[in-house]
Amino acid sequence: MAKATREAYGEALEKMGGLCSNIVVLDADLSKSTKTCIFAKSYPERFFNVGIAEQNLAGVAAGLAAAGKIPFISTFAMFASGRAYEQIRNSICYPKLNVKIAATHAGLTVGEDGASHQSIEDISLMRSIPNMTVLVPADGNETCQAIQFAAEYDGPVYIRLGRMAVPDLFTEEYRFEHGKAVCLVEGTDATIAATGIMVHIAKEAAEKLQAEGFSIRVLNIHTIKPIDKDAIVKAAEQTGAIVTCEEHSIIGGLSSAVAEVLVENLPVPMERVGVRDTFGESGIPKELLKKYGLTVDDVVLAVKKVIARKHRLRSYEKKGEL
Amino acid sequence: MNIELINSLTEKTLNIRKNIIRMITQAQSGHPGGSLSAVEILTYLYFKEMNIDPSNSKNPKRDRFVLSKGHAAPVLYAALAERGFFSADELLTLRKINSRLQGHPDMKGIPGVDMSTGSLGQGLSAAAGMALAGKIDGSAYRVFALLGDGELEEGQIWEAAMFAAHYKLNNLTIFIDFNGLQIDGSISEVLSPLPIPEKWSAFGWNVIEIDGHDLEEIHCAVQSAKGVLDKPTAIIATTIKGKCIRKMENAAEWHGKAPSISECEEFLFELSRGGL
Repeated sequence: MAKATREAYGEALEKMGGLCSNIVVLDADLSKSTKTCIFAKSYPERFFNVGIAEQNLAGVAAGLAAAGKIPFISTFAMFASGRAYEQIRNSICYPKLNVKIAATHAGLTVGEDGASHQSIEDISLMRSIPNMTVLVPADGNETCQAIQFAAEYDGPVYIRLGRMAVPDLFTEEYRFEHGKAVCLVEGTDATIAATGIMVHIAKEAAEKLQAEGFSIRVLNIHTIKPIDKDAIVKAAEQTGAIVTCEEHSIIGGLSSAVAEVLVENLPVPMERVGVRDTFGESGIPKELLKKYGLTVDDVVLAVKKVIARKHRLRSYEKKGEL
Repeated sequence: MNIELINSLTEKTLNIRKNIIRMITQAQSGHPGGSLSAVEILTYLYFKEMNIDPSNSKNPKRDRFVLSKGHAAPVLYAALAERGFFSADELLTLRKINSRLQGHPDMKGIPGVDMSTGSLGQGLSAAAGMALAGKIDGSAYRVFALLGDGELEEGQIWEAAMFAAHYKLNNLTIFIDFNGLQIDGSISEVLSPLPIPEKWSAFGWNVIEIDGHDLEEIHCAVQSAKGVLDKPTAIIATTIKGKCIRKMENAAEWHGKAPSISECEEFLFELSRGGL
Protein backbone atom coordinates (compact mmCIF):
# COMPACT_ATOMS: atom_id res chain seq x y z
CA MET A 1 0.00 0.00 0.00
CA ALA A 2 1.15 3.52 -0.67
CA LYS A 3 0.34 6.55 1.42
CA ALA A 4 1.72 10.05 1.76
CA THR A 5 3.39 10.67 5.11
CA ARG A 6 1.19 13.75 5.53
CA GLU A 7 -1.89 11.49 5.30
CA ALA A 8 -0.46 9.21 7.96
CA TYR A 9 0.30 12.29 10.05
CA GLY A 10 -3.30 13.48 9.90
CA GLU A 11 -4.57 10.06 10.97
CA ALA A 12 -1.96 9.61 13.71
CA LEU A 13 -2.65 13.06 15.07
CA GLU A 14 -6.34 12.33 15.33
CA LYS A 15 -5.55 9.08 17.15
CA MET A 16 -3.17 10.81 19.57
CA GLY A 17 -5.77 13.53 20.14
CA GLY A 18 -8.06 10.88 21.57
CA LEU A 19 -5.35 9.54 23.87
CA CYS A 20 -4.02 12.86 25.13
CA SER A 21 -6.32 15.77 25.89
CA ASN A 22 -3.36 18.15 26.18
CA ILE A 23 -2.70 17.97 22.46
CA VAL A 24 -3.81 21.05 20.54
CA VAL A 25 -3.36 21.53 16.81
CA LEU A 26 -2.75 24.73 14.89
CA ASP A 27 -2.56 25.31 11.19
CA ALA A 28 -1.94 28.30 8.93
CA ASP A 29 -4.73 27.98 6.38
CA LEU A 30 -3.50 24.70 4.92
CA SER A 31 -5.34 22.19 7.07
CA LYS A 32 -6.74 20.32 4.07
CA SER A 33 -3.25 19.91 2.62
CA THR A 34 -1.43 19.19 5.87
CA LYS A 35 -4.28 16.85 6.91
CA THR A 36 -4.74 18.49 10.29
CA CYS A 37 -8.35 18.80 9.12
CA ILE A 38 -8.86 15.21 10.33
CA PHE A 39 -8.03 16.27 13.89
CA ALA A 40 -10.08 19.45 13.47
CA LYS A 41 -13.15 17.42 12.59
CA SER A 42 -12.86 15.18 15.66
CA TYR A 43 -11.65 17.80 18.15
CA PRO A 44 -12.83 21.21 16.94
CA GLU A 45 -12.37 22.70 20.42
CA ARG A 46 -8.66 21.89 20.28
CA PHE A 47 -7.99 23.00 16.71
CA PHE A 48 -7.05 26.59 15.86
CA ASN A 49 -6.47 28.14 12.49
CA VAL A 50 -4.11 31.09 12.78
CA GLY A 51 -4.61 32.18 9.19
CA ILE A 52 -1.77 32.87 6.80
CA ALA A 53 0.64 33.89 9.53
CA GLU A 54 3.43 31.39 10.19
CA GLN A 55 5.43 33.52 12.60
CA ASN A 56 2.40 33.86 14.85
CA LEU A 57 1.74 30.13 14.37
CA ALA A 58 5.08 29.34 15.98
CA GLY A 59 4.74 32.04 18.64
CA VAL A 60 1.24 31.05 19.77
CA ALA A 61 2.43 27.44 20.00
CA ALA A 62 5.26 28.59 22.29
CA GLY A 63 2.74 30.29 24.57
CA LEU A 64 0.45 27.24 24.59
CA ALA A 65 3.39 25.00 25.48
CA ALA A 66 4.53 27.40 28.22
CA ALA A 67 1.04 26.97 29.68
CA GLY A 68 1.23 23.16 29.61
CA LYS A 69 -0.30 22.23 26.26
CA ILE A 70 1.29 19.98 23.63
CA PRO A 71 0.84 21.97 20.43
CA PHE A 72 1.30 20.37 17.02
CA ILE A 73 1.67 23.06 14.39
CA SER A 74 1.55 22.42 10.68
CA THR A 75 2.12 24.17 7.43
CA PHE A 76 4.32 23.53 4.40
CA ALA A 77 7.94 22.80 5.32
CA MET A 78 9.07 25.87 3.39
CA PHE A 79 7.08 28.26 5.56
CA ALA A 80 7.43 26.36 8.84
CA SER A 81 11.20 26.15 8.72
CA GLY A 82 11.85 29.28 6.69
CA ARG A 83 9.24 31.92 7.39
CA ALA A 84 9.13 31.10 11.09
CA TYR A 85 12.78 30.12 11.54
CA GLU A 86 13.61 32.75 14.09
CA GLN A 87 10.39 32.26 16.02
CA ILE A 88 11.20 28.55 16.20
CA ARG A 89 14.73 29.34 17.34
CA ASN A 90 13.98 32.04 19.89
CA SER A 91 10.43 31.40 21.11
CA ILE A 92 10.43 27.57 20.97
CA CYS A 93 13.92 26.05 21.05
CA TYR A 94 15.75 28.53 23.28
CA PRO A 95 13.34 27.92 26.19
CA LYS A 96 13.02 24.24 25.06
CA LEU A 97 9.25 24.44 24.86
CA ASN A 98 7.18 21.38 24.08
CA VAL A 99 6.13 22.29 20.53
CA LYS A 100 5.87 19.81 17.64
CA ILE A 101 6.33 21.18 14.15
CA ALA A 102 4.92 18.75 11.61
CA ALA A 103 5.96 20.28 8.31
CA THR A 104 4.42 18.84 5.18
CA HIS A 105 5.12 19.17 1.44
CA ALA A 106 8.87 18.98 2.01
CA GLY A 107 11.38 18.62 -0.78
CA LEU A 108 11.13 18.67 -4.56
CA THR A 109 8.14 16.33 -4.67
CA VAL A 110 5.70 19.07 -3.72
CA GLY A 111 5.98 19.27 -7.49
CA GLU A 112 4.24 21.71 -9.75
CA ASP A 113 4.26 24.62 -7.28
CA GLY A 114 7.94 24.98 -8.08
CA ALA A 115 10.98 26.38 -6.32
CA SER A 116 9.15 28.81 -4.03
CA HIS A 117 7.39 25.88 -2.35
CA GLN A 118 10.12 23.23 -2.52
CA SER A 119 11.82 23.19 0.84
CA ILE A 120 15.26 21.67 0.35
CA GLU A 121 17.02 23.49 3.19
CA ASP A 122 14.73 22.74 6.12
CA ILE A 123 16.70 19.85 7.63
CA SER A 124 19.77 22.03 7.59
CA LEU A 125 17.99 24.94 9.26
CA MET A 126 16.22 22.87 11.87
CA ARG A 127 19.09 20.60 12.90
CA SER A 128 21.38 23.55 13.57
CA ILE A 129 19.14 24.87 16.35
CA PRO A 130 20.06 23.69 19.86
CA ASN A 131 17.38 21.60 21.65
CA MET A 132 15.68 20.65 18.37
CA THR A 133 15.00 17.04 17.41
CA VAL A 134 14.60 16.37 13.68
CA LEU A 135 12.62 13.41 12.37
CA VAL A 136 12.10 12.38 8.75
CA PRO A 137 9.83 9.34 8.54
CA ALA A 138 10.02 7.12 5.49
CA ASP A 139 6.48 5.73 5.23
CA GLY A 140 3.03 5.90 6.75
CA ASN A 141 3.65 3.48 9.60
CA GLU A 142 6.88 5.14 10.59
CA THR A 143 5.14 8.53 10.51
CA CYS A 144 2.48 7.23 12.83
CA GLN A 145 5.17 6.03 15.26
CA ALA A 146 7.12 9.26 14.97
CA ILE A 147 4.03 11.28 15.84
CA GLN A 148 3.41 9.10 18.86
CA PHE A 149 7.02 9.58 19.95
CA ALA A 150 6.78 13.35 19.42
CA ALA A 151 3.65 13.57 21.54
CA GLU A 152 5.34 11.73 24.40
CA TYR A 153 8.74 13.44 24.16
CA ASP A 154 9.23 16.62 26.19
CA GLY A 155 10.78 19.26 23.91
CA PRO A 156 10.72 20.71 20.43
CA VAL A 157 10.45 18.26 17.53
CA TYR A 158 10.51 18.96 13.80
CA ILE A 159 8.86 16.24 11.71
CA ARG A 160 9.44 16.43 7.96
CA LEU A 161 6.60 15.05 5.86
CA GLY A 162 5.92 14.64 2.17
CA ARG A 163 3.09 15.32 -0.20
CA MET A 164 3.18 12.34 -2.52
CA ALA A 165 2.35 8.73 -1.72
CA VAL A 166 5.27 6.47 -0.81
CA PRO A 167 5.26 2.65 -0.64
CA ASP A 168 4.97 0.96 2.75
CA LEU A 169 8.28 -0.17 4.21
CA PHE A 170 7.05 -1.16 7.63
CA THR A 171 4.08 -2.99 9.09
CA GLU A 172 2.01 -1.77 12.00
CA GLU A 173 4.16 -3.88 14.33
CA TYR A 174 7.19 -1.70 13.57
CA ARG A 175 8.48 0.19 16.60
CA PHE A 176 10.20 3.52 16.07
CA GLU A 177 13.21 4.08 18.30
CA HIS A 178 14.24 7.71 18.68
CA GLY A 179 17.77 8.31 17.41
CA LYS A 180 18.24 4.73 16.20
CA ALA A 181 18.79 4.05 12.52
CA VAL A 182 16.96 1.06 11.09
CA CYS A 183 18.95 -1.46 9.09
CA LEU A 184 16.61 -2.51 6.28
CA VAL A 185 19.07 -4.62 4.32
CA GLU A 186 22.36 -6.11 5.51
CA GLY A 187 25.43 -5.80 3.32
CA THR A 188 29.20 -5.53 3.31
CA ASP A 189 30.36 -3.71 0.16
CA ALA A 190 28.85 -0.30 0.92
CA THR A 191 26.09 1.37 2.95
CA ILE A 192 23.30 3.51 1.62
CA ALA A 193 22.11 5.82 4.40
CA ALA A 194 18.79 7.30 3.34
CA THR A 195 16.04 9.36 4.84
CA GLY A 196 12.38 10.12 4.11
CA ILE A 197 11.02 9.29 0.68
CA MET A 198 14.53 8.34 -0.48
CA VAL A 199 14.53 5.23 1.72
CA HIS A 200 12.43 3.14 -0.66
CA ILE A 201 14.51 4.43 -3.58
CA ALA A 202 17.65 3.38 -1.71
CA LYS A 203 16.15 -0.04 -1.08
CA GLU A 204 15.37 -0.50 -4.75
CA ALA A 205 18.88 0.57 -5.65
CA ALA A 206 20.30 -1.98 -3.23
CA GLU A 207 18.19 -4.73 -4.80
CA LYS A 208 19.41 -3.76 -8.25
CA LEU A 209 23.01 -3.79 -7.07
CA GLN A 210 22.49 -7.14 -5.38
CA ALA A 211 21.38 -8.57 -8.72
CA GLU A 212 24.74 -7.44 -10.07
CA GLY A 213 26.57 -9.20 -7.26
CA PHE A 214 27.08 -6.40 -4.74
CA SER A 215 26.23 -6.69 -1.07
CA ILE A 216 24.71 -3.36 0.04
CA ARG A 217 23.55 -2.30 3.50
CA VAL A 218 20.59 0.06 3.65
CA LEU A 219 20.08 2.27 6.68
CA ASN A 220 16.91 4.23 7.24
CA ILE A 221 17.99 7.34 9.16
CA HIS A 222 14.62 8.57 10.41
CA THR A 223 16.19 10.68 13.14
CA ILE A 224 18.53 13.25 11.65
CA LYS A 225 19.11 14.80 15.04
CA PRO A 226 20.29 13.25 17.27
CA ILE A 227 21.99 11.25 14.52
CA ASP A 228 22.75 7.56 15.17
CA LYS A 229 26.51 7.82 15.50
CA ASP A 230 26.96 4.15 16.35
CA ALA A 231 25.14 2.87 13.27
CA ILE A 232 27.14 5.19 11.01
CA VAL A 233 30.52 4.31 12.52
CA LYS A 234 29.61 0.62 12.38
CA ALA A 235 28.63 0.98 8.73
CA ALA A 236 31.94 2.70 8.01
CA GLU A 237 33.84 -0.07 9.78
CA GLN A 238 31.97 -2.96 8.25
CA THR A 239 31.29 -1.71 4.72
CA GLY A 240 34.02 0.91 4.25
CA ALA A 241 31.95 3.20 2.02
CA ILE A 242 28.78 5.27 2.45
CA VAL A 243 26.27 6.88 0.13
CA THR A 244 23.73 9.28 1.60
CA CYS A 245 20.34 9.84 -0.04
CA GLU A 246 18.03 12.69 0.77
CA GLU A 247 15.40 14.79 -0.94
CA HIS A 248 17.19 17.87 0.33
CA SER A 249 20.17 20.00 -0.53
CA ILE A 250 23.49 18.21 -0.14
CA ILE A 251 24.43 21.18 2.04
CA GLY A 252 23.51 20.86 5.70
CA GLY A 253 21.13 17.90 5.67
CA LEU A 254 21.60 14.16 6.16
CA SER A 255 24.82 14.05 4.17
CA SER A 256 26.36 16.74 6.34
CA ALA A 257 25.22 15.00 9.51
CA VAL A 258 26.73 11.69 8.35
CA ALA A 259 29.94 13.37 7.18
CA GLU A 260 30.31 15.08 10.56
CA VAL A 261 30.17 11.70 12.30
CA LEU A 262 32.62 10.10 9.87
CA VAL A 263 35.17 12.87 9.90
CA GLU A 264 35.35 12.80 13.70
CA ASN A 265 35.43 9.03 13.96
CA LEU A 266 36.25 6.97 10.90
CA PRO A 267 36.48 8.77 7.57
CA VAL A 268 35.61 6.51 4.64
CA PRO A 269 34.79 7.31 1.01
CA MET A 270 31.38 8.91 0.76
CA GLU A 271 29.05 9.96 -2.05
CA ARG A 272 26.00 12.16 -1.69
CA VAL A 273 22.71 11.85 -3.53
CA GLY A 274 20.70 15.02 -3.03
CA VAL A 275 19.89 18.35 -4.62
CA ARG A 276 23.20 19.87 -5.71
CA ASP A 277 22.98 23.47 -4.49
CA THR A 278 20.30 24.59 -6.88
CA PHE A 279 16.65 25.62 -6.73
CA GLY A 280 14.06 23.24 -8.15
CA GLU A 281 11.37 24.03 -10.68
CA SER A 282 7.78 23.12 -11.55
CA GLY A 283 7.14 19.59 -12.71
CA ILE A 284 5.63 16.30 -11.64
CA PRO A 285 7.50 14.63 -8.77
CA LYS A 286 8.88 11.79 -10.88
CA GLU A 287 10.30 14.20 -13.47
CA LEU A 288 11.81 16.36 -10.75
CA LEU A 289 13.50 13.44 -9.03
CA LYS A 290 14.99 12.47 -12.40
CA LYS A 291 16.14 15.94 -13.39
CA TYR A 292 17.76 16.64 -10.02
CA GLY A 293 19.49 13.27 -9.73
CA LEU A 294 17.43 11.45 -7.12
CA THR A 295 16.45 8.23 -8.93
CA VAL A 296 17.29 4.58 -8.29
CA ASP A 297 19.83 4.77 -11.12
CA ASP A 298 21.49 7.82 -9.56
CA VAL A 299 21.85 5.93 -6.28
CA VAL A 300 23.23 2.86 -8.09
CA LEU A 301 25.79 5.04 -9.85
CA ALA A 302 26.81 6.73 -6.59
CA VAL A 303 27.27 3.35 -4.90
CA LYS A 304 29.47 2.05 -7.71
CA LYS A 305 31.50 5.24 -7.56
CA VAL A 306 32.00 5.00 -3.81
CA ILE A 307 32.96 1.31 -4.00
CA ALA A 308 35.51 2.10 -6.68
CA ARG A 309 37.02 4.78 -4.42
CA LYS A 310 37.07 2.36 -1.53
CA HIS A 311 39.00 -0.18 -3.62
CA ARG A 312 41.41 2.47 -4.84
CA LEU A 313 42.03 3.54 -1.26
CA ARG A 314 42.59 -0.06 -0.13
CA SER A 315 45.05 -0.67 -2.94
CA TYR A 316 47.04 2.42 -1.89
CA GLU A 317 46.97 1.12 1.68
CA LYS A 318 48.30 -2.27 0.56
CA LYS A 319 51.08 -0.64 -1.41
CA GLY A 320 51.95 1.36 1.67
CA GLU A 321 51.32 4.62 -0.10
CA LEU A 322 49.06 5.88 2.65
CA MET B 1 -6.65 52.72 45.22
CA ASN B 2 -6.19 54.36 48.59
CA ILE B 3 -3.38 56.75 49.35
CA GLU B 4 -1.44 54.24 51.50
CA LEU B 5 -1.35 51.78 48.64
CA ILE B 6 -0.29 54.43 46.15
CA ASN B 7 2.47 55.56 48.52
CA SER B 8 3.68 52.03 49.02
CA LEU B 9 3.69 51.36 45.26
CA THR B 10 5.50 54.65 44.66
CA GLU B 11 8.18 53.60 47.12
CA LYS B 12 8.58 50.36 45.21
CA THR B 13 8.97 52.25 41.91
CA LEU B 14 11.87 54.16 43.44
CA ASN B 15 13.59 50.96 44.64
CA ILE B 16 13.07 49.37 41.25
CA ARG B 17 14.47 52.41 39.46
CA LYS B 18 17.52 52.44 41.74
CA ASN B 19 18.15 48.78 41.05
CA ILE B 20 17.79 49.31 37.30
CA ILE B 21 20.51 51.96 37.48
CA ARG B 22 22.71 49.85 39.76
CA MET B 23 22.49 46.68 37.68
CA ILE B 24 23.09 48.36 34.33
CA THR B 25 26.02 50.31 35.74
CA GLN B 26 27.51 47.14 37.21
CA ALA B 27 27.07 45.33 33.89
CA GLN B 28 28.27 48.36 31.91
CA SER B 29 25.71 47.17 29.39
CA GLY B 30 21.92 47.15 29.12
CA HIS B 31 18.90 49.28 28.33
CA PRO B 32 18.00 51.91 30.95
CA GLY B 33 15.68 54.19 28.93
CA GLY B 34 12.95 51.68 28.11
CA SER B 35 13.31 49.98 31.49
CA LEU B 36 12.64 53.20 33.38
CA SER B 37 9.63 54.07 31.22
CA ALA B 38 7.87 50.85 32.24
CA VAL B 39 8.49 50.92 36.00
CA GLU B 40 5.00 51.98 37.10
CA ILE B 41 3.33 49.41 34.85
CA LEU B 42 5.39 46.49 36.19
CA THR B 43 5.18 47.74 39.76
CA TYR B 44 1.40 47.85 39.51
CA LEU B 45 1.19 44.39 37.95
CA TYR B 46 3.64 42.68 40.33
CA PHE B 47 2.54 44.39 43.56
CA LYS B 48 -1.15 45.00 43.08
CA GLU B 49 -2.69 43.09 40.26
CA MET B 50 -1.19 39.75 39.39
CA ASN B 51 -2.06 36.56 41.18
CA ILE B 52 1.45 35.20 41.68
CA ASP B 53 3.41 33.53 44.46
CA PRO B 54 7.21 33.69 44.59
CA SER B 55 7.27 30.42 46.56
CA ASN B 56 5.29 28.65 43.84
CA SER B 57 6.41 30.42 40.69
CA LYS B 58 5.23 27.66 38.33
CA ASN B 59 1.67 27.43 39.68
CA PRO B 60 -0.43 26.64 36.58
CA LYS B 61 -3.19 28.92 37.85
CA ARG B 62 -0.95 31.98 38.20
CA ASP B 63 -1.36 35.11 36.13
CA ARG B 64 1.33 35.50 33.49
CA PHE B 65 3.46 38.36 32.26
CA VAL B 66 5.36 38.49 28.98
CA LEU B 67 7.95 41.19 28.47
CA SER B 68 7.75 41.40 24.70
CA LYS B 69 10.24 44.27 24.69
CA GLY B 70 12.80 41.92 26.18
CA HIS B 71 15.60 44.47 26.25
CA ALA B 72 13.80 46.05 29.21
CA ALA B 73 14.86 42.97 31.21
CA PRO B 74 16.30 45.15 34.03
CA VAL B 75 12.84 46.42 35.00
CA LEU B 76 11.50 42.87 35.01
CA TYR B 77 14.40 41.51 37.06
CA ALA B 78 14.22 44.43 39.49
CA ALA B 79 10.46 43.94 39.92
CA LEU B 80 10.84 40.17 40.44
CA ALA B 81 13.61 40.67 43.00
CA GLU B 82 11.55 43.32 44.79
CA ARG B 83 8.63 40.88 44.84
CA GLY B 84 10.84 38.16 46.35
CA PHE B 85 11.39 35.76 43.46
CA PHE B 86 15.16 35.95 44.06
CA SER B 87 17.62 38.02 46.05
CA ALA B 88 18.25 41.62 45.05
CA ASP B 89 22.00 40.90 45.35
CA GLU B 90 21.71 38.74 42.26
CA LEU B 91 20.66 41.77 40.22
CA LEU B 92 24.28 42.84 40.15
CA THR B 93 25.16 39.74 38.10
CA LEU B 94 23.11 41.04 35.15
CA ARG B 95 24.69 40.21 31.78
CA LYS B 96 27.74 38.63 33.39
CA ILE B 97 29.07 35.19 32.53
CA ASN B 98 27.40 32.30 34.43
CA SER B 99 24.56 34.55 35.61
CA ARG B 100 20.89 33.56 35.40
CA LEU B 101 20.12 37.15 34.53
CA GLN B 102 20.72 37.08 30.80
CA GLY B 103 20.70 40.29 28.81
CA HIS B 104 17.21 39.39 27.69
CA PRO B 105 14.81 37.26 29.78
CA ASP B 106 15.40 33.49 29.80
CA MET B 107 12.44 31.63 31.28
CA LYS B 108 14.53 28.52 31.93
CA GLY B 109 16.86 30.37 34.22
CA ILE B 110 14.94 32.77 36.38
CA PRO B 111 11.99 32.13 38.70
CA GLY B 112 9.05 34.32 37.78
CA VAL B 113 9.96 34.80 34.13
CA ASP B 114 7.05 33.37 32.14
CA MET B 115 8.52 33.65 28.64
CA SER B 116 11.91 33.97 27.01
CA THR B 117 11.94 37.10 24.90
CA GLY B 118 14.35 39.51 23.32
CA SER B 119 13.75 39.26 19.62
CA LEU B 120 11.16 41.98 19.12
CA GLY B 121 7.70 41.15 17.88
CA GLN B 122 7.50 37.65 19.35
CA GLY B 123 6.10 38.21 22.83
CA LEU B 124 2.53 39.00 21.90
CA SER B 125 2.11 35.69 20.07
CA ALA B 126 3.35 33.80 23.13
CA ALA B 127 1.07 35.79 25.43
CA ALA B 128 -1.85 35.03 23.11
CA GLY B 129 -0.93 31.32 23.22
CA MET B 130 -0.97 31.39 27.02
CA ALA B 131 -4.31 33.19 27.02
CA LEU B 132 -5.69 30.62 24.58
CA ALA B 133 -4.48 27.78 26.83
CA GLY B 134 -6.35 29.43 29.70
CA LYS B 135 -9.51 29.53 27.61
CA ILE B 136 -9.17 25.88 26.58
CA ASP B 137 -8.76 24.85 30.21
CA GLY B 138 -11.47 27.19 31.50
CA SER B 139 -8.83 28.59 33.84
CA ALA B 140 -9.35 32.05 35.30
CA TYR B 141 -5.79 33.27 35.01
CA ARG B 142 -5.02 36.46 33.10
CA VAL B 143 -2.13 37.18 30.79
CA PHE B 144 -0.38 40.54 30.59
CA ALA B 145 2.24 41.65 28.09
CA LEU B 146 4.33 44.76 27.67
CA LEU B 147 5.18 45.84 24.14
CA GLY B 148 7.38 48.66 22.96
CA ASP B 149 6.00 51.25 20.58
CA GLY B 150 8.91 50.77 18.17
CA GLU B 151 8.21 47.04 18.37
CA LEU B 152 4.90 47.67 16.62
CA GLU B 153 6.92 47.94 13.40
CA GLU B 154 7.29 44.12 13.47
CA GLY B 155 4.74 42.32 11.28
CA GLN B 156 4.27 39.45 13.70
CA ILE B 157 2.65 41.85 16.18
CA TRP B 158 -0.21 42.38 13.78
CA GLU B 159 -0.54 38.67 13.03
CA ALA B 160 -0.90 38.14 16.76
CA ALA B 161 -3.25 41.13 17.11
CA MET B 162 -5.60 39.58 14.52
CA PHE B 163 -5.36 36.21 16.23
CA ALA B 164 -6.15 37.46 19.74
CA ALA B 165 -9.15 39.44 18.53
CA HIS B 166 -10.43 36.57 16.35
CA TYR B 167 -10.37 34.17 19.29
CA LYS B 168 -11.84 36.81 21.64
CA LEU B 169 -9.01 36.51 24.16
CA ASN B 170 -10.47 38.85 26.77
CA ASN B 171 -8.10 37.32 29.36
CA LEU B 172 -5.25 39.05 27.54
CA THR B 173 -4.31 42.63 28.43
CA ILE B 174 -1.35 44.33 26.87
CA PHE B 175 0.45 47.57 27.56
CA ILE B 176 2.08 49.54 24.79
CA ASP B 177 4.97 51.46 26.35
CA PHE B 178 4.42 54.57 24.24
CA ASN B 179 7.61 56.52 24.97
CA GLY B 180 8.02 57.62 21.37
CA LEU B 181 11.67 56.65 20.98
CA GLN B 182 13.60 53.76 19.48
CA ILE B 183 17.35 53.27 18.98
CA ASP B 184 17.64 55.30 15.80
CA GLY B 185 15.47 58.17 16.98
CA SER B 186 11.80 59.01 17.39
CA ILE B 187 9.31 56.40 16.26
CA SER B 188 7.64 58.87 13.93
CA GLU B 189 10.94 59.53 12.16
CA VAL B 190 12.24 55.96 11.96
CA LEU B 191 9.11 54.26 10.68
CA SER B 192 5.96 55.65 12.14
CA PRO B 193 3.60 53.14 13.75
CA LEU B 194 1.21 56.06 14.41
CA PRO B 195 -1.66 56.36 15.02
CA ILE B 196 -1.42 53.59 17.59
CA PRO B 197 -4.88 53.50 19.28
CA GLU B 198 -6.73 53.52 15.97
CA LYS B 199 -4.69 50.58 14.72
CA TRP B 200 -5.54 48.40 17.71
CA SER B 201 -9.21 49.40 17.50
CA ALA B 202 -9.25 48.51 13.83
CA PHE B 203 -7.75 45.12 14.69
CA GLY B 204 -10.69 44.45 16.99
CA TRP B 205 -9.22 45.30 20.39
CA ASN B 206 -10.63 47.22 23.32
CA VAL B 207 -8.35 50.25 23.56
CA ILE B 208 -7.63 52.42 26.60
CA GLU B 209 -5.25 55.38 26.62
CA ILE B 210 -3.53 56.37 29.84
CA ASP B 211 -0.57 58.15 31.38
CA GLY B 212 1.75 55.19 31.94
CA HIS B 213 3.38 56.76 35.00
CA ASP B 214 0.09 57.33 36.83
CA LEU B 215 -0.59 54.33 39.07
CA GLU B 216 -4.25 55.27 39.50
CA GLU B 217 -4.78 55.42 35.74
CA ILE B 218 -3.00 52.08 35.28
CA HIS B 219 -5.27 50.62 37.96
CA CYS B 220 -8.46 51.92 36.35
CA ALA B 221 -7.43 50.67 32.91
CA VAL B 222 -6.56 47.16 34.13
CA GLN B 223 -9.78 46.89 36.12
CA SER B 224 -11.92 48.11 33.26
CA ALA B 225 -10.29 45.56 30.90
CA LYS B 226 -11.69 42.83 33.16
CA GLY B 227 -15.21 43.92 32.30
CA VAL B 228 -14.73 43.42 28.55
CA LEU B 229 -16.08 40.02 27.63
CA ASP B 230 -15.35 39.58 23.95
CA LYS B 231 -12.11 41.40 23.21
CA PRO B 232 -8.51 41.59 24.33
CA THR B 233 -7.48 44.96 25.72
CA ALA B 234 -4.63 47.20 24.61
CA ILE B 235 -3.64 49.87 27.10
CA ILE B 236 -1.72 52.57 25.28
CA ALA B 237 0.44 53.98 28.04
CA THR B 238 2.10 57.28 27.26
CA THR B 239 5.44 57.23 29.04
CA ILE B 240 8.76 59.02 29.19
CA LYS B 241 11.86 57.12 28.19
CA GLY B 242 14.38 57.32 31.04
CA LYS B 243 11.66 58.50 33.44
CA CYS B 244 12.85 60.11 36.70
CA ILE B 245 16.46 60.64 35.61
CA ARG B 246 16.77 64.16 34.26
CA LYS B 247 19.70 63.33 31.98
CA MET B 248 17.97 60.30 30.49
CA GLU B 249 14.44 61.58 30.01
CA ASN B 250 13.36 61.61 26.38
CA ALA B 251 16.91 60.98 25.22
CA ALA B 252 17.18 58.25 22.57
CA GLU B 253 20.90 57.93 23.32
CA TRP B 254 20.00 56.32 26.66
CA HIS B 255 18.14 53.48 24.92
CA GLY B 256 21.05 51.13 25.33
CA LYS B 257 23.81 52.94 27.19
CA ALA B 258 25.16 52.19 30.64
CA PRO B 259 25.82 55.00 33.14
CA SER B 260 29.39 55.56 34.32
CA ILE B 261 30.11 55.07 38.04
CA SER B 262 29.84 58.80 38.72
CA GLU B 263 26.65 59.08 36.68
CA CYS B 264 25.27 56.13 38.65
CA GLU B 265 25.91 57.98 41.91
CA GLU B 266 24.34 61.10 40.48
CA PHE B 267 21.25 59.18 39.33
CA LEU B 268 20.87 57.30 42.62
CA PHE B 269 21.06 60.59 44.50
CA GLU B 270 18.42 62.03 42.19
CA LEU B 271 16.19 59.00 42.87
CA SER B 272 16.79 59.13 46.63
CA ARG B 273 15.22 62.57 46.53
CA GLY B 274 12.14 61.04 44.99
CA GLY B 275 13.05 61.48 41.36
CA LEU B 276 12.24 64.55 39.34
